Amino acid sequence: MEPFTVLESVYMPLDRPNVDTDAIIPKQFLKTIERTGLGKNLFFDWRYREDGSPDPAFVLNDPCYHEARILLARENFGCGSSREHAPWALLDYGFRCIIAPSFADIFYNNCFKNGILPVVLSADDVDRLFRDVAKTPGCRVSVDLASQTVITQDGSVHAFQIDPFRKECLLKGLDEIGLTLRHEPEIAAYETRRRAEAPWLFAL
Amino acid sequence: MSFTLLDKIWNAHVVREEPGGAAILYIDRHLVHEVTSPQAFEGLRMAGRKVRRAEATFAVPDHNVPTKDREKGITDPVSALQVETLRRNCREFGVTLFDMGDKRQGVVHVMAPEQGISLPGATIVCGDSHTATHGAMGALAFGIGTSEVEHVLATSCLVQKKPKTMEIRVEGRPHPAVTAKDLILAIIGRIGTAGGTGYAVEFTGEAVRALSMEGRMTLCNMAIEAGARSGMVAPDEKTFEYLKGRPYAPKGADWDAAVKSWRALPSDPGAPYDRSIVVRAEEIAPQVTWGTSPEMVAPVDGRVPDPAEEKDPVRRVAIENALGYMGLSPNTPITEIPIDRVFIGSCTNGRIEDLREAARAARGKRVAAGVSAMVVPGSGLVKEQAEREGLDGIFIEAGFEWREPGCSMCLAMNDDVLAPGERCASTSNRNFEGRQGKGGRTHLVSPAMAAAAAVQGRFVDVRKEQ
Repeated sequence: MEPFTVLESVYMPLDRPNVDTDAIIPKQFLKTIERTGLGKNLFFDWRYREDGSPDPAFVLNDPCYHEARILLARENFGCGSSREHAPWALLDYGFRCIIAPSFADIFYNNCFKNGILPVVLSADDVDRLFRDVAKTPGCRVSVDLASQTVITQDGSVHAFQIDPFRKECLLKGLDEIGLTLRHEPEIAAYETRRRAEAPWLFAL
Repeated sequence: MSFTLLDKIWNAHVVREEPGGAAILYIDRHLVHEVTSPQAFEGLRMAGRKVRRAEATFAVPDHNVPTKDREKGITDPVSALQVETLRRNCREFGVTLFDMGDKRQGVVHVMAPEQGISLPGATIVCGDSHTATHGAMGALAFGIGTSEVEHVLATSCLVQKKPKTMEIRVEGRPHPAVTAKDLILAIIGRIGTAGGTGYAVEFTGEAVRALSMEGRMTLCNMAIEAGARSGMVAPDEKTFEYLKGRPYAPKGADWDAAVKSWRALPSDPGAPYDRSIVVRAEEIAPQVTWGTSPEMVAPVDGRVPDPAEEKDPVRRVAIENALGYMGLSPNTPITEIPIDRVFIGSCTNGRIEDLREAARAARGKRVAAGVSAMVVPGSGLVKEQAEREGLDGIFIEAGFEWREPGCSMCLAMNDDVLAPGERCASTSNRNFEGRQGKGGRTHLVSPAMAAAAAVQGRFVDVRKEQ
């Protein structure tokens, strides 16, 4: 996994609450057995018209945001299914950070597994970022994971919280499976203890 | 100290506490389907890792499978490859597979309880958000992404933070025509699709105790639609009766020991929850969603809302967008909404009791002119049972199609898809834009409401149809 340290980029505003994973990547693209190649179908139903041409009314098709690597969203972003295809599609398109007032749990988890940083800011801070970008489309922010801050172009600093374990994994791009496997003796010891308490869970 | 059901299951599964409040949590049962697993198995192969407990891992193809003309196989080559990849991975890694053609095949969340794989006090995961379903057994069950699928395959564990606890107590008894589906839709309408984010929900109260195991599964299934990764119901005699004798349930002395242990699982009296909500069952009418999020729901005797009355600007725009997408005008009575399609099935409402409930509403009637309706049993065993009871005949005579088991039009990954603009009464769990097909319009309802809507061609209040 690619480490995440500092990201300075144009940010794209997606001004809708409850953006669900079906909207991020519709089901017809879940048939893939690969992790890559989903970016072209990100937000498919909003992004393309019936004839397959890009819909200029959708923000992603605005040339101002073609370089955006940060997505600004509203509350409960990523609700719905557990499909990791949603963060894969965002990542494949080029987004490595999403800023929102809240995220759905499974989506939030899935981001970290793919080197995407989901940043929770207060509703007021998010409102302010929406206002800034409405005023100056194409404006930039800088997201610094080590200091847990989002810094706007005019220098205002917004702090965010993040679980220390996840932060560490993201900063270093660690393999979480490898980390857990280091504790194999403890897992085996747990199983021995548990097998005595609840043998039926192991009678398979 | 008094503990909740969640505390007890959580504490029994912590392998190791990590700094910062996370834990390595042991996973007892891992369910796998074809859509969210190929990249996980590929990850194992690339890292040279094995499935650590293949015997605790159970796979079934459900999302992509055709619901008719099965003998032709899967005609879409991309879907076929995904199912074939699951077969290959199960063979290579030694995982049990309930393949197409096996009567145990069905929607993963119907299959696992039916087989006795889902047990009280167990931790159960699957790369599917509706894993919450298995919480009906008194288990901690939650959906995970593909990276976590790979993590569980490789380590039998997940790194998790303990969720907060939310009690949703449903007091009293609902009207007999009001089902578990109506209860959960009304709850989601009240707390919102993010109301349960960060929580494990425990459903308690008289109305929950009174539900059958299948009703409890419907209730827990949609916990995720309220934002909660898991929903659970404390195990009781109904749970034990349901499980006894199922193929993978404990046997002999193990059974007795298990039941003794399961009896100690319910939350202790006075155990503290982080949040508690009380709902009165008598106040809940049959529910119908009108929008593009499960929280956009109204009682069948209600009306489509008017965005002009919504004060919050973000919500007002969301309602306007939803009504635009759904092709509905503000203040339309729910019972005046005409429908084109009916889908009865899914991990929410594809079990035998759901089909019985729908068949009662369809018996001796005809699907309205211009409406196309289908019934998709949740598993091969549900289908077989329904056929033994003659339910297939009732549906077919009434003009419903009787299909093979799978996820089908709940998410429309196979050929069962709404055309743009088509309006569907669906017993599934999500009414998101495009969920059942691009431009398709989904109204979530109970099986009885869906069958009654098929007959009338519009929504009707099933309380008046007794």
